[in-house]
Amino acid sequence: MIEIRVRRALGPATIETDIRAEGRTLALVGPSGGGKTTILNMIAGLETPDWGRIAFDDVLLFDSDRGVNLAPRERRIGYVFQEPRLFPHYSVAGNLRYGARASAAHKTLVEFDEVVEWLGIGHLLDRRPQKLSGGEKQRVAIGRALLSRPRALLLDEPLSALDEARREEILNLLERLRDRLSIPMVLVSHRLDEVERIAVASAQVEPGRKVTLRV
Amino acid sequence: MTTAEQTAVLLSLRVASVGALASLPFAIAVAYLLARVRFPGRIALDVAVHLPLVLPPVVTGWLLLIEFGRNEPLGAFLERAFGFSFAFRWTGAALAAAVMGFPLMVRAIRLSIEAVDRRLEQAAATLGASRLRIFATVTLPLALPGVFAGLILGFAKAIGEFGATITFVANIPGETQTLATLIYNTTQDPDGAPATWRLTAIAVVIAVVALAGSEGLARGFRASAR
Repeated sequence: MIEIRVRRALGPATIETDIRAEGRTLALVGPSGGGKTTILNMIAGLETPDWGRIAFDDVLLFDSDRGVNLAPRERRIGYVFQEPRLFPHYSVAGNLRYGARASAAHKTLVEFDEVVEWLGIGHLLDRRPQKLSGGEKQRVAIGRALLSRPRALLLDEPLSALDEARREEILNLLERLRDRLSIPMVLVSHRLDEVERIAVASAQVEPGRKVTLRV
Repeated sequence: MTTAEQTAVLLSLRVASVGALASLPFAIAVAYLLARVRFPGRIALDVAVHLPLVLPPVVTGWLLLIEFGRNEPLGAFLERAFGFSFAFRWTGAALAAAVMGFPLMVRAIRLSIEAVDRRLEQAAATLGASRLRIFATVTLPLALPGVFAGLILGFAKAIGEFGATITFVANIPGETQTLATLIYNTTQDPDGAPATWRLTAIAVVIAVVALAGSEGLARGFRASAR
């Protein structure tokens, strides 16, 4: 069960969502500037809704009525940002392992070697992020999020920076993740055709319109 | 070079190194607070840190004297509790040098912390890192060039410090007589011109070495960041 019912005023516009879904993989689709990233930031705890409630399965992350607002590090939300945000002073292996230490108490989702194999990044482990291509960075960012043992995974425009061949590769990978992992995923994209292959349900995000999704 | 001159040069190096290194952790802490934390009294802290930069050094030296003099409350307490004193000792010269260099260190470090991409810190937070761990593993390593720049600036300021030092701990050969305060003496001496020239040359050498060292470090950082 994914519940994202929030409201946040951003300048003149208001972002409002009413998402309650049993489905595991959701997509938020809409033009840029519509508030998709803001919704992901609110789920991850990087932005605070004016009002609302966010819960994944039976874990409450935010509830304005009850005064619940977990810090980002307590939420265990794996977040793959639109720009990969890899740590430039760590190797690829260091980036991948960064989140594993803090979350050692939690159940392992996938093992390090397994992630490296899935993502095909074994030959990159000693490199610095600056030496990677866009697609390679994206894969490392996905691996880093997975290895932090998240309760859910957020992906912001995971395909937008990639060329056609790389897109296909990441799409296949996301499909495999969806089938293999038991955690919910929320994808954001400005193109519906990019994500409809992966998501079981999608909602339109447009400025000034409430985002509604019931599955 | 006479023995007195050698003693003064070595003392200057010791005073400046100890002053800069001992104040570095505080400078990093204050720079982080000013760059990243919103708290009441932030502006007051900012002003207090910058005061030694704008006050006449004599005033700073006098303020140190009325705090840490042997008969002043704070100085007497340190002496009683730890058997430690700043008054008219080389440790006092190091304290004066540290206070005078502090604003420069904080400014350099603060700028480099502010330049660290906050989005990387956010990413670390979503990966479960605590504030302390984010600071130690992301913010500080990425701000290191600025930390070293601050250290060099603090050291350079400490080598040249005169007003606060002579006011606070006087000009005692072998204890508080630094390169700067010794040069002051030789300029007052009608026959002091040769000594002044020698000491000036040494001061220039120290300055050039410090600058070359910082430039080399900066290059090293740029190379390793690539």
